Amino acid sequence: MSAAFLVLSAFLASAVEMVEALTIVLAAGLARGWRSSLTGVGAATVVLAAITATLGPALTVIPINALRLVVGGLLLVFGLQWLRKAILRASGFKALHNEDAIFAEQLTGARTAARVERAGVDWYGFTLSFKGVLLEGLEVVFIVLTFGSTQGSIPLAAAGAAVALVLVAGVGIAVRAPLARVPENTMKFTVGIMLTTFGIFWSAEGAGAHWPGSDAALLGVLAFVCASSLLLVRLLQRERRARLTPLGVET
Amino acid sequence: MSRLRSFGRFWWDFVIGDDWVAAAAVVAAIAATAAVAATRIAAWWVLPVAVLLVLWVSLRRAIAA
Repeated sequence: MSAAFLVLSAFLASAVEMVEALTIVLAAGLARGWRSSLTGVGAATVVLAAITATLGPALTVIPINALRLVVGGLLLVFGLQWLRKAILRASGFKALHNEDAIFAEQLTGARTAARVERAGVDWYGFTLSFKGVLLEGLEVVFIVLTFGSTQGSIPLAAAGAAVALVLVAGVGIAVRAPLARVPENTMKFTVGIMLTTFGIFWSAEGAGAHWPGSDAALLGVLAFVCASSLLLVRLLQRERRARLTPLGVET
Repeated sequence: MSRLRSFGRFWWDFVIGDDWVAAAAVVAAIAATAAVAATRIAAWWVLPVAVLLVLWVSLRRAIAA
């Protein structure tokens, strides 16, 4: 059960980040040329691989309880960021993430920037792709390493991320447009719930708490986080409607 | 110095995000879990309850801002 959660969480989190990275790479490629854009992707991939190769083995030598405490705490802080934004989006207090709008904005920026060549590549296109892939990729590396090391299976988490990479890159190459039809906001909500669930579960274990039913309690925590999040969305939706309704006017 | 600051700023934004109070509250909740776990009282319930409260306060702060 935990293994399925692990793969699914790594897959969803990676897919969301890769869709965002793809939007930036496409904008850089179309506006500044594919050579500079893909060189940026390659350079960022090398940096990410180096970070993974350094941190991955280091995490496996940390005692499991200390690892669960630290990683669980980090995941919880990280997951609450995702969940807070997702709840604000779902309740209407924050604009929904729109890949088409982001793509148009990146494309305009890339088309108007001055052309400076360094080492044979257009510097703007290179750095735009490099930063986009590195920043989104760091989140993938963070999630894969923390999930994988705490569950004792980095390869399993990496497999989830690899499937997401193949899928997003494959569809991206096929359509050569931002993947606006991917239900990104729903996926972000799901990832926020999963990160928060694992964060609660592992940090409590790391702090010395014992879950009733052991690993099966993960399902209970998942249900609690899910129900609480949906309840908060409903409460905030009601508050937003009340704010938008003029005083004295019944709808 | 400014590069070091940028590096620190990046990791702060990456991990802590835009609500440091929520991050501090999570650390306090984990410490409270450890404190309760050191007694004979079951400690598993502390974090879920704390997280719900932290999330609510964090959402209120975000809306107020």
